Amino acid sequence: MKARRARIAAKTGVKVKKNWLGRCIGLTAALLAGNAWADSLNMTSGVTGISNTIYELHMLIFWICVVIGVVVFGAIFWSLLRHRKSRGVEPAQFHESTSVEIAWTMIPTLILIAMAWPASQALIEMYDTGGEDMTVEVRGYQWKWQYKYLDADYNETFGFFSNLATPTDEIHNRSVKGENYLLEVDNPLRIPANRKVRFLITAEDVIHAWWVPDFGIKRDAVPGMLNELWTIVDQPGIYRGQCTELCGKDHGFMPIVVEVLPEKEYDTWYGEQVRQAQARKEALSKTFTADELMAEGEQVYNTFCATCHMPNGKGVPPVFPALDGSAITMGDRYAHIRLVYEGVPGTSMQAFGNQLDAVALAAVVHYERHAWGNDAADVVQPRDVINLIAGEVK
Amino acid sequence: MSDIILAGQDLDHDHDAHHEVVPDRGIARWLLTTNHKDIGTLYLWFSFIMLLIGGTMALVIRTELFEPGLQFIEPAFFNQMTTNHGLIMVFGAIMPAFVGLANWLVPMMVGAPDMALPRMNNLSFWILPLAFGLLISTLFMEGGGPNFGWTFYAPLSTTYAPDTVTYFILGIHMMGASSIMGSINIIATILNMRAPGMTLMKMPLFVWTWLITAYLLLAVMPVLAGLVTMMLFDIHFGTSFFNAAGGGDPVMFQHIFWFFGHPEVYIMILPAFGIISQIIPTFARKPLFGYDSMVYATASIAFLSFTVWAHHMFTVGMPLAGQLFFMYATLLIAVPTGVKVFNWVSTMWRGAMTFETPMLFAIAFVVLFTIGGFSGLMLAIAPADYQYHDTYFVVAHFHYVLVPGSLFSILAAVYYWLPKWCGRMYDESLGKLHFWLSFVGVNVTFFPQHFSGLAGMPRRIPDYALQFADFNMVSSIGAYVFGFSQLLFLYVVIKAIKSGEPATDRVWEGAHGLEWTLPSPAPYHTFTHPPRVTEIEAHS
Repeated sequence: MKARRARIAAKTGVKVKKNWLGRCIGLTAALLAGNAWADSLNMTSGVTGISNTIYELHMLIFWICVVIGVVVFGAIFWSLLRHRKSRGVEPAQFHESTSVEIAWTMIPTLILIAMAWPASQALIEMYDTGGEDMTVEVRGYQWKWQYKYLDADYNETFGFFSNLATPTDEIHNRSVKGENYLLEVDNPLRIPANRKVRFLITAEDVIHAWWVPDFGIKRDAVPGMLNELWTIVDQPGIYRGQCTELCGKDHGFMPIVVEVLPEKEYDTWYGEQVRQAQARKEALSKTFTADELMAEGEQVYNTFCATCHMPNGKGVPPVFPALDGSAITMGDRYAHIRLVYEGVPGTSMQAFGNQLDAVALAAVVHYERHAWGNDAADVVQPRDVINLIAGEVK
Repeated sequence: MSDIILAGQDLDHDHDAHHEVVPDRGIARWLLTTNHKDIGTLYLWFSFIMLLIGGTMALVIRTELFEPGLQFIEPAFFNQMTTNHGLIMVFGAIMPAFVGLANWLVPMMVGAPDMALPRMNNLSFWILPLAFGLLISTLFMEGGGPNFGWTFYAPLSTTYAPDTVTYFILGIHMMGASSIMGSINIIATILNMRAPGMTLMKMPLFVWTWLITAYLLLAVMPVLAGLVTMMLFDIHFGTSFFNAAGGGDPVMFQHIFWFFGHPEVYIMILPAFGIISQIIPTFARKPLFGYDSMVYATASIAFLSFTVWAHHMFTVGMPLAGQLFFMYATLLIAVPTGVKVFNWVSTMWRGAMTFETPMLFAIAFVVLFTIGGFSGLMLAIAPADYQYHDTYFVVAHFHYVLVPGSLFSILAAVYYWLPKWCGRMYDESLGKLHFWLSFVGVNVTFFPQHFSGLAGMPRRIPDYALQFADFNMVSSIGAYVFGFSQLLFLYVVIKAIKSGEPATDRVWEGAHGLEWTLPSPAPYHTFTHPPRVTEIEAHS
């Protein structure tokens, strides 16, 4: 598997174009040989009890279909070979038999009942979401995931966004594609091995779906609704998935990466995250220099804004307005903050107030007012944002 | 027996001699026609044009997916292509083609002079070019056309939709009105205009399956109309049917959509069952096995189609009892569908088969539709569906039932009845070439999609991870072969109409049914006096 990925990675980019015929022939040969390709031809059996159960159900129903197929297609092909006019046969004239009809109604029914039994048991097992060791809220956004680690009272301890990390140059074929092309993120979800993790799945804007094939779990993330999933993973490692419900322009560009850490390592990481969240809270009252704001703002902008408004601030008018030289980025800073904070209902402009804290909001607004050709005179501080929200500024 | 057939023909020839009605000349003939054959022809040409437009969109999609990375089109336009490909193929190609076949064939098969409601027939056709003109024009408008998938789930299709969604809603309303009028017409014709002696249980299977299909259409097109009207209100009049923030529910959208959508799936396959049940007995030279059970199986499938809708929504988050119910109901559909397949195989068994083009398409239908049925059975297993759902496995599944299923049955029907329509035979070698190119193309396109789906490739994405690269390339090559071979089909049909060998009245050695008692080409008006329904021309 690894060797194959490396081979594909080595062949990507410009080289691929010249070589597609060779690859097709290679694929056909490999299919006929049926060895090295076996694991890409079938569903993964995954790394959890549930994914194994699903794999077994999948293979069971598959083999039932194969057996029925052999019988039915066998009868057709026998008939095609033997019962042809060119062999001089006389057509029989039989055309009904109640007992045969009853037989081929009853036998499939019995097969289906036999199939429904293990499938029902698997479902019942999957719906058992109680007894969890920890809970993570998974929230879909156009076009990224947010993970919030909840405490026993379902309050947020800390949280972060998980964005596609594949460079746009790779997507637009300007550089060679890496091994995990489109399946890599900046901040993976981290969970501990051997503990029952419960996921609460929801969405902010449109419907998304959260899927990790190796865990055998997939659930729609529906705005205004909380869905539940759970998993216990034994093997630490990195597991990858994708959004599987059409959610707009960048539906294909919001992958899921889960890093399963050994329990001790996870606990250390978790403690560090809690400390950082605390430090971040303290930073809200700090005064930043313009350079600090530009540096932080550029990072926030590229993560949250650049997909629509483009890295150069030119946008994609008329759907995504330009920020470079716009009346908003050059106008009153409070109006600017308010727009970013509240969004524009009925458009793709989200309310970033629930996604970014005051430091990030101040930084990104400052950045938008000073990047490209924009030259607003002011410096935007976190307290401007806090005052605006508190209603001290109109 | 043969003098009975002659008697039937004589009656009709005798009658036609008195009524040499010539159609109008020029465009007025087509705009104002109330003749079921003219309207059938219009429907069939319209659906073929739609097939080419929807097919071109499919090739745009497959070109972008030929290899990883974004090469030709932007993701926003890719979504418009997948959406419009689906809408045009479902509502513009498959459904109108079946209505066209019903127009041509139902009156001739039941011995009626025309459809029961000829003026409404004209209206229900001419709405369609307007509806699709409107839909396709949105692609050239600011903000682009519909981009939310043919299933148009809210709130992507409401709060987050492009402005053109309003045109899309109007278009859907028009298509729905057309379908409802068409189905009323078909029901009225079948129930009221059968020749004396053509009892319900003597009707050809094609007529039976269309009767049941027409009732399905009547039942679910108003549901679709209600759904898009609720969208319209959410978008323009401030309601919150599908907006959770206003007390609505996006999941309710899916329940209503699939309550329409699942019967819709059978609307696109039941007439195909009818066509195959006409063609296989002809070329096997043996009566259809289990006529009664075929009728009952069709009715059972239609009934069950109202009880399985949420199997499209296994991952949406339903209570356990709901998951179990919809899983069991879905599995149950395999039983009557299996009965149909077994009956076709038994019809071929110990027949004396020949393999003209219609028969080749019909046999391919039985085999490939069954493969689509198998993947459907796998998808019915709710826990396994968690891994299949919204991947290319689903794409492979529904294309197997719709392309080598519905579309192959339509192609088979055209080859089978074309000599009756235009009085000339098609070129058999070219027809067979078209079959083999289509057969190979369709399998090369869609079979690898099972693998990319199982490997984890989501559907409706414009770009994909590297492990899916090989299967996508193969799939794209197959799509080109399949797509361009439909131009050969166009050539075969035009060649037959222009310069084919004259066809006999019976056309096929083993063909039975009232339409084959008519001259070839069928005169402009037929059966103005009801024919005598003889034992050999009707099921007995």
